[in-house]
Amino acid sequence: MAQRIDVKDLNIYYGDFLAVQDITMTIEPKSVTALIGPSGCGKSTFLRTLNRMHEVIPNARVEGTVEMEGVDLYGSDVDPVAVRRNVGMVFQRPNPFPTMSIRDNVLAGVKLNNKRISKADADDMVESSLHGANLWNEVKDRLEKPGSGLSGGQQQRLCIARAIAVKPQVLLMDEPCSALDPISTIAIEDLIGELKSEYTIVIVTHNMQQAARVSDRTAFFNIAGTGKPGKLIEMDETSTIFSSPSEKSTEDYVSGRFG
Amino acid sequence: MSATTAHPPTAESTERVRSMLTAAHPGRKRVDRTMTVLVWGAFALAMVPLISLLWTVTSNGIGRISMDFLTLSMRNIFGGDPTGGIYHAIMGTLIITGLATLISVPIGVLTAIYLVEYGRGALARSVTFFVDVMTGIPSIVAGLFAVALFTLILGPAARFGLIGAVALSVLMIPVVVRSCEEMLKLVPNELREAAYALGVPKWLTIVKVVLRTSVAGLTTGVLLAIARVIGETAPLLVAVGVTDSINTNPFEGRMMTLPVFAYRQYSQGLATCPGGESATCIPDIALQNAWGAALVLIVLVLLLNIIGRLVNRWFSPKLR
Ligand SMILES: Nc1ncnc2c1ncn2[C@@H]1O[C@H](COP(=O)(O)OP(=O)(O)OP(=O)(O)O)[C@@H](O)[C@H]1O
Ligand SMILES: [Mg+2]
Repeated sequence: MAQRIDVKDLNIYYGDFLAVQDITMTIEPKSVTALIGPSGCGKSTFLRTLNRMHEVIPNARVEGTVEMEGVDLYGSDVDPVAVRRNVGMVFQRPNPFPTMSIRDNVLAGVKLNNKRISKADADDMVESSLHGANLWNEVKDRLEKPGSGLSGGQQQRLCIARAIAVKPQVLLMDEPCSALDPISTIAIEDLIGELKSEYTIVIVTHNMQQAARVSDRTAFFNIAGTGKPGKLIEMDETSTIFSSPSEKSTEDYVSGRFG
Repeated sequence: MSATTAHPPTAESTERVRSMLTAAHPGRKRVDRTMTVLVWGAFALAMVPLISLLWTVTSNGIGRISMDFLTLSMRNIFGGDPTGGIYHAIMGTLIITGLATLISVPIGVLTAIYLVEYGRGALARSVTFFVDVMTGIPSIVAGLFAVALFTLILGPAARFGLIGAVALSVLMIPVVVRSCEEMLKLVPNELREAAYALGVPKWLTIVKVVLRTSVAGLTTGVLLAIARVIGETAPLLVAVGVTDSINTNPFEGRMMTLPVFAYRQYSQGLATCPGGESATCIPDIALQNAWGAALVLIVLVLLLNIIGRLVNRWFSPKLR
């Protein structure tokens, strides 16, 4: 089941610093939404508000609403832990649990939550998640070895496997391929293509070709200058953004004439 | 890459690059050598008292170590009689230190968790401040505090193991808090976020990710704290008193501990043997007892450290 997300008038703060201002956008279910924009414009910050990870930073807060199928994620009766169970996340830097084996890393969402699971189910989960992240063949003989012994790119795919193992409704990916080789990148992109039939996916990327390849809709963020808040410049069908955007700055950015 | 290079290096460019890459700054080399000598010198200097201490204690104490010495108490042993042992003091030290550890570790670890994971603002700052103040409390003050506390509850003249354990806890808690705090801070924030993003509640994240990742460091911290208090003499002298008999009940009656035993034996000095030195009367037996107890104490600390190493090896994150 994929969910639709409506963001309305969202302001995101770190203490007194307004990092992202006045975002209103709709993220369609069963589709891939790409967030692009220059470094520091608040893509990661915005992404983290979609599963309430923003507020784990001291003094960080948001104003406005983020509605999933009409339910405000920031409503007073909403449990942030439940939100994060349904909105999975892959981080910019790979962060496998160093004390856990590869297998346990994939099962982390289950094991850390003290849920019981039969050995057979666990085996299925590990295998299908690792297949999904295109890591199975590389690790199938060393599942009991520590996850931190993998290469950086393998660790990132392990983190993707960990995130999809719990079958979230929405999957947020913050530059998931920035540490990957082209082959793994293609594998992840294929994976994204498969997942979107069931999930809502939001991906941050600096790679224009990637945004063009995988996403259905693209949102361009920009920042007026250092210390200024990041803003959503425009959001449209990916083909429109890359062929005939309505804003000049979008065109400059996607065509590489950004300065 | 083509096999032929467009510009083969000329003799001149090779020479230039060589001089660029090999000529170390002469000043830096000199500083490097001086510093190496200084560091090694400081290390050697620090080792001198350590080695000499270990040597002195071992050579003086080893002669007294025997099965009897380790398994008998000093009950009904007087003067130069060499048949007594330190079993009662070993048990006392283990029980009182163990009890102090049981009290201090939960309090200390929980405080450290509060400071690192939850503490914000004035309360956290004042906790940190008071922990720092506690670190500087002289041990005799801790002993008097424990005695005063129990005197308030039970009336005067109460002396038993638990009072000593409380006194040691006062000394131990700040050490545990401080070292555990540092260890918890070392856990990368990314791991906490990884767990949150999987929908793991904060408390489970702390228990299963933060504590699990830092458990090796926490063990080291706790062991350092134990080593800090296991040799305490003054607070135990006032809080637990002394005895020559075995008492394994920390809730009733005086207890002996190794450091207090060593101190008592040492202050007894030489015994008078009417018939001169013989198998039943050795004039300096009390001194030998003191050295023997000191050696056993050192060995205990050593054993603790070895256990800590093993725990460390077992729990710390592995790469392969
Ligand atoms: N923990 C934080 N505390 C305070 N300010 C922060 C924090 N994290 C990010 N910021 C600020 O918020 C703004 C947006 O940062 P963000 O990480 O969202 O950028 P980004 O678009 O993801 O950049 P990149 O493409 O480099 O990852 C920046 O000005 C950054 O300095
Ligand atoms: Mg980012």
